[in-house]
Amino acid sequence: MGREIKLMQGNQAISEAAIYAGARFYAGYPITPSSEIAEICSRVLPTIGGIFLQMEDEIASIAAVVGASLAGAKAFTATSGPGFSLMQENLGLAVMGEVPCVIVNVQRAGPSTGLATKPSQSDIMQLRWGRHGDQTVIALCPASVRECFELTVKAFNFAEKFRVPVILAPDEIVGHMRESFEVPRAGELEIIDRKKPSCPPDQYLPFEAEVDGIAPLAAYGGDHVFHITSSMHGPNGYANNNPQNASWRVEQLHRKIDLHRDEICLTKTFDTEDMDVLMVTIGATTRSGRAAALEARKRGVKVGVLQLLTLWPFPEKEVAALARDVDTVVVPEMNYSGQIAGEVQRVVGTEKEILRVNRYNGTIITPRDILESILESRSGQSVRAGG
Amino acid sequence: MKAGVEMKKSQKRHEIILAGTGGQGLVLAGILLGEAAILEGRNVAQTQSYGVASRGGLSLAEVIMDRDEIIFQQVQNPDIILALTQEALDKFRPEAQKGVPILFDTTLAKAEDGASLSGHPFTRIASDLGNTSAVNMLALGALCAATGVVDIQSLARVIEKRFKAKADLSLQALYRGMELVRGA
Repeated sequence: MGREIKLMQGNQAISEAAIYAGARFYAGYPITPSSEIAEICSRVLPTIGGIFLQMEDEIASIAAVVGASLAGAKAFTATSGPGFSLMQENLGLAVMGEVPCVIVNVQRAGPSTGLATKPSQSDIMQLRWGRHGDQTVIALCPASVRECFELTVKAFNFAEKFRVPVILAPDEIVGHMRESFEVPRAGELEIIDRKKPSCPPDQYLPFEAEVDGIAPLAAYGGDHVFHITSSMHGPNGYANNNPQNASWRVEQLHRKIDLHRDEICLTKTFDTEDMDVLMVTIGATTRSGRAAALEARKRGVKVGVLQLLTLWPFPEKEVAALARDVDTVVVPEMNYSGQIAGEVQRVVGTEKEILRVNRYNGTIITPRDILESILESRSGQSVRAGG
Repeated sequence: MKAGVEMKKSQKRHEIILAGTGGQGLVLAGILLGEAAILEGRNVAQTQSYGVASRGGLSLAEVIMDRDEIIFQQVQNPDIILALTQEALDKFRPEAQKGVPILFDTTLAKAEDGASLSGHPFTRIASDLGNTSAVNMLALGALCAATGVVDIQSLARVIEKRFKAKADLSLQALYRGMELVRGA
């Protein structure tokens, strides 16, 4: 029998993939352009033994998600810029308490409430640094409905495996786009569940990492009674202000991600074997970029594309390896400040020129925008791309 | 327009713009077109653009159907444009001047003649059929008959699947829209 091909929206794929990955708890406060996720979860979760909570605001939403996760559920929420800003405080708690959870931030144009229905890729730095203090998270960014599904499953897997909040950050274009899509069957994609303690309850230390850098996590309500605090704490979870302990804690929060960065840093390449120009893309801009690259090749400019599916930790090795032998690196992104371009510049060094293609008016970067920039930079004079 | 039909059927890729105002069901029309194209074995990308209001304002739905992978998801070279309001027609009239056929609603936009322009009173006919909100189905039938981008039977199948027992008015509007263009 043929497999079922559906016309599915990005936000729907995220909701279905969350459930596929085992999520049974959603708490959120609806906001465009993420509201379809809340809508679908409100309909589906109660029918499969899950819980949907519409909370009074985003602060309460992430608090409920953290609590549900500590009680053993795979939990998530979805929001957009204004709500994501409100979630930072308790997201910091999730980082400090090493609480697995997934936050979907469907990126819209800001600052502040900005353009509610229009796309943007300007939360890149907020994903990484939105919370105060020294910490790491994982952030993923899909470019298609298929990737919405696959990266949502990855997001839950990474959260569970590394005891860390994972942020999935599609732009509005991808969240709202519908595409024909072959839905993965049950069992087709790997599902990872968090490590549980195997020791007797009285010996359980919730922050004592094993050799893989990660400590097992018990569930509230069970035999393993444990304490979580947002303040600096020792292996047993109780407050500890000892400088040696603080160093160990901060290092541990970083080390568990650093140890596994090759597994976490997901990228795709298109026509990079013989390229003279490297384009680094994220999210929907990948699609404009790939179309521009194909058009540039027809005009004799060999452009290759590196798509970053993982934004954080930044895929430095992958960018550096591909940028080494090209003379130009192009970075198109839907923001003014060049948030990805700045990271690429950091990796390739200041002597290499980065060609930045930016849009920040709520409209999409077109293949033509990118093509014209590339052709202009190659010829050193203004060339109209036409078509 | 009739001469264009056979030529278009042999195309590998089709790009369609459905333009009007919030509340006319354009996104749903785009979804149905996309689902019909999937039945016919094609890849589909459907996008939309709208303001903050759920009613009123310019609303656009775009559909791309392709036998190959759809890389850039937005319409760049439309094969046909549907314009269900004056604002939508005004926005896309320059495309008609470039030769892109535009089907427009003469109930909500002023009737006008011009190369590539084809007006029908979609909203009035939908109202005569008993429900103004069937205007999207009527327009889909017309668009399908004018271009052959998908088989009318594929559209009928996806409408039946979606609306089940309530599909009758939608189907009636779909076929009425088809006749509008075929009879013209």
